[in-house]
Amino acid sequence: MAPLQVLTVSQLTFYIKSLLEADANLGAVIVSGEISNYKNHYSGHRYFTLKDENATLKCVMFRTSAQKLRFEPDNGMKVLVRGRISVYPADGSYQLYAEDIQPEGLGALHLAFEQMKAKLEKEGLFSPAVKKTIPKYPGNVGLITAEGSAAYRDVVSVLARRFPYAQVIFAPVQVQGAAAAASIAAALQRFDELGCADVIIVCRGGGSLEDLWAFNEEIVARAVYACRTPVISGVGHETDFTICDFVADIRAPTPSAAAELAVPSAADEKIRNAMLAVRCSTAVWNFIAAQREKVSALAQSPGLAGPASLIDTYRQRIDLNMLDIDRAVRMRLKGERAGLDILAGKLQTMSPLRVLLRGYSIVQNESGGIITDASQTQQGGKIQVLLAKGGLRCTVDEIDGEG
Amino acid sequence: MKKMTYEQALKRLEEIVQILEQGSKPLEETMKLYEEATALAAFCGECLDKAEQKITALAGLKPGADEDDDV
Repeated sequence: MAPLQVLTVSQLTFYIKSLLEADANLGAVIVSGEISNYKNHYSGHRYFTLKDENATLKCVMFRTSAQKLRFEPDNGMKVLVRGRISVYPADGSYQLYAEDIQPEGLGALHLAFEQMKAKLEKEGLFSPAVKKTIPKYPGNVGLITAEGSAAYRDVVSVLARRFPYAQVIFAPVQVQGAAAAASIAAALQRFDELGCADVIIVCRGGGSLEDLWAFNEEIVARAVYACRTPVISGVGHETDFTICDFVADIRAPTPSAAAELAVPSAADEKIRNAMLAVRCSTAVWNFIAAQREKVSALAQSPGLAGPASLIDTYRQRIDLNMLDIDRAVRMRLKGERAGLDILAGKLQTMSPLRVLLRGYSIVQNESGGIITDASQTQQGGKIQVLLAKGGLRCTVDEIDGEG
Repeated sequence: MKKMTYEQALKRLEEIVQILEQGSKPLEETMKLYEEATALAAFCGECLDKAEQKITALAGLKPGADEDDDV
């Protein structure tokens, strides 16, 4: 047996280190435990201790690995840590050099989502008070999505069908992958800088949580929040919620729905416009009638009997003007007849006339009030009966007791 | 009335309807308003019936922003 050799501390420590590092079992381990003493050092490295009931294990995660974490670990969290065991000579301690951390239970993405949601909610990014109003009649709709995607086609075709008046300004972006979030955020900023859109649709078709991840990233959330142009978010399917949805001024369940929310329906607008035009014509008709009455009242007043010729001149002039308006109104009404027919058709389906045609009648008292109860009139009282065609004025002979 | 947006035209049309319904303007102004309303209604109709969707690319996007599309 060789005599004992004197070793320096370093020599011994590096010997132990080499032993540990040579062990295949320690070169790649996954350790389950609870995090304590968690420190997020300004250098970007993370230091913590993993523990269970009986033991503790010092851990370090270097910045390059920590940057890839989707969520922020914290004390008390139950995790699985993958890494290798080695020695830190300066402390004379062995530790786990962590390369990845996964939360136990929920997946890392779910946890990251919940953490980001809680963080931004606390900052007030989802507050209803900061939501912008979506303009009712946008002339320019900004569209941020992937070129050639189903989402793109859906949005463009819904916009064309509902309100082709709105022009589409398209910003092709990546909606998936490492660079996606930055490209979406850049497009939002660009739209806002140019001020070229009245409303912006940010959308993407369905996919897994991983696929939709770009829309959960902070950079996208901040860009949506900072955007002065109102933003409609339509990411994934009805059941998918993203951080982008929460920050947006309106969340639509799908890309198509986002397009529906962005513009009004031209069909509804036509009815509305026809009604406005009818109101205009009616108002002018009424105006003419009122003026006619005024003029004839004036003309008949005895005080003005003298200078009849002068009045006649004025009357003629007014009448000519009236004729012009008359004609204009008639032309207009003719033009609107088509629209009116549609409206009239709608009204008719609600009309009591249809009920009367089936043989029912409406009974009214003398002041026009509708009688639905025999006690509302009396023997000898006057009533009117409204029929589908014409009406009857009647006197009540007798009242049936059944009141 | 050139270069008016649909929204502006509609807003003005609504204004005119209100003014006309009040019936308090003199004859000549009423006539002018009515003419304007007719033109506005026609313009609105054109916006809805004759507009064709146009799609333009947001100019100046950073190159490379459109690669690696979704599936």
